[in-house]
Amino acid sequence: MNAITVKALNVWFGTGAQKSYAVRDVNFNVADGESFGLVGESGSGKSTILRAMAGLVPTWSGEMSVAGETLGPRRSKAFYSKVQMVFQDPYASLHPRQTVDRVLSEAMNLHDVPNINQRIASLLDDVGLGPGFRFRYPHQLSGGQRQRVAIARALACNPSILLLDEPTSALDVSVQAEILNLLVDLRREHKLTYIMVSHDLGVVSHLCERIGVMKNGSFEEVLSVEAMRRFDTKSAYTQHLLESSINSIR
Amino acid sequence: MSTSQGLRAWLLSEEPTSRQQARYASWYKGWLTLRSNTLAMLGLFVLAFLILGAIFAPLLATHDPFAQDLGQRLLAPGENGHFFGTDSLGRDIYSRLLYGARISLYIVLLVVMVAPVVGLIVGTVSGYAGGWIDVLLMRITDIFLAFPRLILALAFVAALGAGIENAVLAISLTAWPPYARIARAETLTIRNSDYIHAIKLQGAGPFRIVTRHIWPLCISSLVIRVTLDMAGIILTAAGLGFLGLGAQPPSPEWGAMISEGRKYILDYWWVATIPGIAIFAISLAFNLIGDGLRDVLDPKEDNA
Repeated sequence: MNAITVKALNVWFGTGAQKSYAVRDVNFNVADGESFGLVGESGSGKSTILRAMAGLVPTWSGEMSVAGETLGPRRSKAFYSKVQMVFQDPYASLHPRQTVDRVLSEAMNLHDVPNINQRIASLLDDVGLGPGFRFRYPHQLSGGQRQRVAIARALACNPSILLLDEPTSALDVSVQAEILNLLVDLRREHKLTYIMVSHDLGVVSHLCERIGVMKNGSFEEVLSVEAMRRFDTKSAYTQHLLESSINSIR
Repeated sequence: MSTSQGLRAWLLSEEPTSRQQARYASWYKGWLTLRSNTLAMLGLFVLAFLILGAIFAPLLATHDPFAQDLGQRLLAPGENGHFFGTDSLGRDIYSRLLYGARISLYIVLLVVMVAPVVGLIVGTVSGYAGGWIDVLLMRITDIFLAFPRLILALAFVAALGAGIENAVLAISLTAWPPYARIARAETLTIRNSDYIHAIKLQGAGPFRIVTRHIWPLCISSLVIRVTLDMAGIILTAAGLGFLGLGAQPPSPEWGAMISEGRKYILDYWWVATIPGIAIFAISLAFNLIGDGLRDVLDPKEDNA
C-alpha cells in the first residue's frame, strides 16, 4: 500500500501577473515504510512539495493522499497525528521561551497522549538525550541537540510519516552523521515512512531507497539509490548533478 | 549543610527532576538576574518604599491631608513641624504626598490592567489573523492614534463623568494603540517562524497559538513600553485633574498638587517641586525596573 500518493501537483505563489509556479505537475508514490528522497538545487521546489503536503502552503492543485486520507484545503486533526515534519533550521524551529519539556508536553496535550510524564522521558531517551535536558531552554542546547528535540517533538504523537526538510544541512558534518544515524534507527524501530528533502546526495543516499531529482519545479527523473550509485541515469541533468557532487567531494 | 544552602542547591540544580522544581528554579534564577542589576534593585527599592508609604499613610502622616489652616499657609519645608512645608491652603505637603501615593499607584495599576492587555489582544489577533481583520483593527488603531491623547481622554471623561476611575479608563482607552502596534509588529515577525509552523502541524488552533505561543514573546517588549509610559500616564492623569476632569480638588493627587503649586512657583518653590520630585521618583523607579525586567524576561540573555 502507498503511504503517499501525489498526482499532478502544482504549487504556486502570488496571484495574477505575479503568479509563479514553484512546483509543476509532480507525480510520485511512496510505499509504506519506504524512504523517498527529493534532491535538486536550491529553488527547485523540493521543500515546497513538503510544505504543501503539511498544509503550510494553501495554494496548490492536484491530488495528494497521505496515509489513506485524501487531502483537501484543510487538514484534519487525525492527519497531524499521522504526519509530522522536521524543519531545516533547528535554531528557528524551537520556541525560544519554552523548555524541552514544555515543547513535548504541548505536542502531546494536543493529541491527548496519556502518561505524558513517562512518555517524555522515553521520547528523550529515544532521540539520545538524557533526562538532564528535559527542563532546558533551546538557547542552552547545541544545534544537534536542538534537532534531536525537534525530532522528538515530531515523534511525540506517534506519527507514521515524517517529512524531513533538510534536517541536517544546518549542522556540522560530525553532528550530521549522528542525526542521520538517529533517523535511520528511529525509522527501523518505529516503522516510519520518510520523505526527505536534501541538496546533499550523500545524505539522501544514506537514508533513502528512491530519489526524485527535481529541476525548476518538476521531476527530472525518479531513480533508485543503486542506480544512482552506478551513475545509471536517463537524464543529462541528473548526470551533471551527480558528477558535480562527486567533484565537490574530491 | 544548612537548609537554606540545601534549598539553594535544589533551586540551582543543573538537572531538575520535576516540572515544579524547574519552575521554581527559573523564578529563582530570574530573581538572581534582577538582583545582580543594581539599578533595577534601586528602582525596586524606591517603588517598595512608595508602596509601603501608601499602605501605611495613616500611620506615617503627621497631619490630616485635607485639614486647611490658612494661618499656616505656604510654610517652608521644616517650619512648624511640616517636613515638606504647606501649600496655599495650609495643608501639610508631606501628608498629602503619602496619601497621593495611593492615588498614583492606583492609577498606574488600573491603566496597566487595561491598556497593555487591550493592545496585546488587538495587536496579536490583527497580526496573526491578517487579511480583513488586520485591516479593520489597524484602521481602528489608526483612528485612536490620530487623536491627541488628552483631547480624546477629555471626550471620554465628558461622556463618562468626572472622577479618577473614569479618568483612568479614558487614559487607558487612549493609551492602548501603541501597544497594539508593537504587539502586531512582533506577531508579524513571529507568525511565519518555524516553531509556529511546527505547533500548527501539531494541530493547534489559532487561539492556542496566539495565547500560548505568541503572547509570551510579545510581553517583554510590552512590559518595557509600559514602564516607559508610566510617567506619561501619571502626568496625563494630572493634566485631566488640572482641567477639572480627573482627581477632584481636595484629593491629594500629585499632578493636581503641582498644578495648584504652579501659581506660586517663583516665590514658594516647594509647593510644586516636592510632588514633582515624587512623580520623578516613581517614573524613574518604573523605568529602572522595566530595564531590569527585560533582562529577566528574555532568557536568551542569561548565560547560566
